[in-house]
Amino acid sequence: MNHNHPVFTDNDPQSELVTLNLGPTHPATHGVFQNVLQLDGERIVSGVSTIGYIHRAFEKIAEHRPFYQITPLTDRLNYCSSPINNMGWHMTVEKLLNIQTPKRVDYLRVIIMELSRIADHIICNTIIGQDTGATTTFLYLFQFREHIYEIFEEVCGARLTTNIGRIGGFERDFNDIAFAKIDKFLKEFPKALKEFENLLTRNRIFIDRTAGVAEVSKETALEYSWTGPLLRATGVDYDVRVSDPYSSYQDFDFDIPVGTSGDIYDRYLVRNEEMWQSVRIIEQAVVKLKTEPKGIFHANVPEFYLPPKQEVYNNMEALIYHFKIVMGEIDAPKAEVYHAVEGGNGELGFYLINDGGRTPYRLHFRRPSFINYQMFAPMSEGMLLSDAIINMSSMNIIAGELDA
Amino acid sequence: MEETTLNNGIHVKLTEKFGEKVTAVSEPYGLLTFVTYKDVIVNVLSHLKEELKFNFLTDITAVHYPGKDHGIAVVYHLHNMVEKLRIRIKVFISEQNPTIPTATTIWKGANWMERETYDLFGVKFEGHPDLRRILNMDDLGVHPMLKQYPLEDPNRVDKKDEFFGR
Repeated sequence: MNHNHPVFTDNDPQSELVTLNLGPTHPATHGVFQNVLQLDGERIVSGVSTIGYIHRAFEKIAEHRPFYQITPLTDRLNYCSSPINNMGWHMTVEKLLNIQTPKRVDYLRVIIMELSRIADHIICNTIIGQDTGATTTFLYLFQFREHIYEIFEEVCGARLTTNIGRIGGFERDFNDIAFAKIDKFLKEFPKALKEFENLLTRNRIFIDRTAGVAEVSKETALEYSWTGPLLRATGVDYDVRVSDPYSSYQDFDFDIPVGTSGDIYDRYLVRNEEMWQSVRIIEQAVVKLKTEPKGIFHANVPEFYLPPKQEVYNNMEALIYHFKIVMGEIDAPKAEVYHAVEGGNGELGFYLINDGGRTPYRLHFRRPSFINYQMFAPMSEGMLLSDAIINMSSMNIIAGELDA
Repeated sequence: MEETTLNNGIHVKLTEKFGEKVTAVSEPYGLLTFVTYKDVIVNVLSHLKEELKFNFLTDITAVHYPGKDHGIAVVYHLHNMVEKLRIRIKVFISEQNPTIPTATTIWKGANWMERETYDLFGVKFEGHPDLRRILNMDDLGVHPMLKQYPLEDPNRVDKKDEFFGR
């Protein structure tokens, strides 16, 4: 019987290579990744990645669900920044249905998406610190992920797999506690991020471990279809938020940080700077919200926006729309649409084909982790094992997005 | 579909080069889409990459349309990052003999995308360096995204799709 993972038949008694099964469950890999490595001492000679350990057939399941039931599936792609996935999916359907969302909805979405980007980058950068031996940084900054999750909890009731929002906007308006928590976060987070940078950015040990390790050129990165912070660390200023703005990102003033050599240190710097830029965007969004009419939290599209339960029980139209949406009977055009958002790891694309049925005819997720990860084994060749471990941390591969 | 207006230049250039081989041009939601054939797909892709600056391969996937002559559509999404243009290329291939030349000769990143498409749809990419399954186990025996395979065990009597609006 054939197996996915390679079997090395190295029976040569003179061979000096060692086969190491790194994973599928290994404390250093932060997720279900298997790499069968051939080692010469501590140096990696060759490696083969095996993925698919948590493959859940989301694309197949999505072909059997009405649009609004697909949102929880997207939660489980990159579960470190679920709201970006949720809203990316909602915006895909809105593009299909030609729904224009009000500016206030866009700004609320931007706040949530940038908070999730910060949460995603916190995980990645603190884990690089952790894997290079700096547990302190991990403990200092990680509590702000908790504060971000408290904001999500206030907005949608969930923390990790958020299922936040609806097609057309949000299921409810942000309450005062949510805004107070956002303000508190904006006040406290920059201090902590500064402290975090003070601990790592000019830290001699950290630079020794990361600078010049796993360098990637622009050409190679583009050849392997890299996107997100990994691509920007190599010096390509590609960001979906700027090149293909969605959710009114064109109204905001922010910079796209780029690196030069694409090594782990550059990736760390790019992610750190992106957190600063995200803070900037959230601050602008909070100011912009003050001039928008209050109380608008969804587009006025009753035939596509799931109505609140109390209306369903008391209002005939709402009952009809509720029934039609839940049964997947909405009038969606027969068309195909590709929509991309800038996820925590890169371009998260949704390719949706609708044939007018109750469910999508085909839904394909362009998952940045999947596409970024294929370079891991080739680029590990010739690298020290300990460098390969922090290389994997700095690529921020999320197993849920990798395997879908 | 709407009139082709936004990306007319690319359309004209492609027709000049490949003539009849570029068909069914449309532009749903501003994304230029056309159908081509598997004997020229590698030339089309490398022409787009080298001459028209679509140097970034966004994605490769497939769609199954059962019951048609050419029932599997292999879909490529390319991106021109400088001019901020995207393009979608479809190749319809037969279900009985789903083969198509590989794009790994043009982009190394096509490797896993093609492996995923092979795994889920059974499309055999000719010339691919390492065409193994990637997400499913090797002894699965089927290509599960094909429409003839149901999502759940069809013998179950307690879960009828019509009760769930599916």
